[in-house]
Amino acid sequence: MTSGDRTEHRPDAFLAEVRAATPAASRIETCIQCGTCGGSCPSAADMDHTPRAIFAMVRAGLRDEVLASDTPWMCVACYLCAVRCPQEIHIPDVMYAIKSIASRSGRVPDAVAVDFSRLFVGNIRRYGRSYEVGLAARYYLRHHPLRLPGIAPMGIGMVTKGRLGFIPHRIEGLDGLRAILARAAAIEAADRAAVPA
Amino acid sequence: MSAYLFYPGCSLSGSAKAYAGSLAAILDPLGIELREIEDWNCCGASEYLTLSPLGGHALVARNLALAQRQGDGTRTLVAPCSLCYVNLAKTDRYARDDPGLGARLNDALGAGGLTYEPGSIAVRHLLEILVDDVGLEAIAAHVRRPLRGLRVVPYLGCLVTRPDLDRRWTHHERPRVFDSLLAALGAEVVDFPLRTACCGGHMTQISPDTGFTLIRRLVDAASRLGADLMATVCPMCQMNIDAYQAEMNRHFGSHYHMPILFFTQLIGLAFGSPPEALGIGTEIVSARAALGRIGIEVPAPAEPEAAAAPARRAKKPAGLPMPSLGDEDDR
Repeated sequence: MTSGDRTEHRPDAFLAEVRAATPAASRIETCIQCGTCGGSCPSAADMDHTPRAIFAMVRAGLRDEVLASDTPWMCVACYLCAVRCPQEIHIPDVMYAIKSIASRSGRVPDAVAVDFSRLFVGNIRRYGRSYEVGLAARYYLRHHPLRLPGIAPMGIGMVTKGRLGFIPHRIEGLDGLRAILARAAAIEAADRAAVPA
Repeated sequence: MSAYLFYPGCSLSGSAKAYAGSLAAILDPLGIELREIEDWNCCGASEYLTLSPLGGHALVARNLALAQRQGDGTRTLVAPCSLCYVNLAKTDRYARDDPGLGARLNDALGAGGLTYEPGSIAVRHLLEILVDDVGLEAIAAHVRRPLRGLRVVPYLGCLVTRPDLDRRWTHHERPRVFDSLLAALGAEVVDFPLRTACCGGHMTQISPDTGFTLIRRLVDAASRLGADLMATVCPMCQMNIDAYQAEMNRHFGSHYHMPILFFTQLIGLAFGSPPEALGIGTEIVSARAALGRIGIEVPAPAEPEAAAAPARRAKKPAGLPMPSLGDEDDR
């Protein structure tokens, strides 16, 4: 786990970047490397690195390795680690922060996962609400076409049982919502720009 | 009648319609009035925070601002979906703890002509309202048809007792509160060690192997403990365990059949409502046999073809002729 070009930078630059991307105090800098998080995590077996290792890597400034890791993408945000963490680190929020940095830098380890988020968020920006049918149709056709025959009976069941609405609901205050989200994005960009490189 | 502000969340008008319908059916006996926030927007699930943490909080803050403006004589906002609940509670808590975040969110809200004072809305999960405000004695007093003999798993899921930023829970991993509620309905409650274990959330979408593993863990434990069905307080848990159970079975070559119903459906049954008025029968893994064993008759599902028939052109009885594939020797 060496990072050739990163060692020339201040090692805490990446820590500052992660902290800036976490809207509330994450407390990541207080991590004592006890490993309770990884030992509690239901999806740790499927992760490249345990959460404990990720926090050590963040503090060591291993930006490339952290952004390439699938660990944040395998986080199910169940908060079991968070309630057990003796340092009360907001672990899932750190994972969200790393995912947002990775998705912006185009270095996501799994294009499928980030595309699911993008399709979901796209529907929110378009309608103000989630749109299950539109999301599922586009996502499965694009990324999981081979799963379609397997889940077709479930899909048909959902339709015949009236559990899928085919017409998206558009909120009335959509323009206001978009203005709020645009302003939040601008503030977030300013937060990023304020981080010393 | 106690009145609350209500944030239904997107799935209650879609995949979790049975949750909405069964909740509506039990409001009167429980003495609860829910006032939906006007023009609420999606909470962003896990997805908005993934791409833009501040944007995700701003998205949620609009709902809190709308709730504060609407008021309606109460400051308690109820969410029936555990993920919506956590998102709403978390944004409010973080904005309270960090005035800088509160200022940023109000900066963003201002662009939409809104404002929110952190802490002015108290966010609570529907389960908490039933247990803390209505109370188990009052619920038990309305039971007309006890669910006696029905072995139910109290599957609470992750996000009611966690992250518990307001420190309202003493037990984050094995709380007994959901057990007590189901016991008040007369059900035989299974001592379920995985009651707050994760259903996998969106993993069924982005990493199916992981999702199926987590679903199997729950369904397998419930089956081994001899449960008739699972009870849930969350649309995401219901969707994963119900709608993806068949695909999970195919993935592992297993044959689990473990129905999962919303707790409001079980309350409605115990209160004497007919199953069809509670959306029972809309689950993919049918609870019909399990309920039949305690004498609750769920009408047989209509055949999909028969139900769809009136809208369609009548098919020719023989269907399309089978095209000839030629002789074996031609291949």
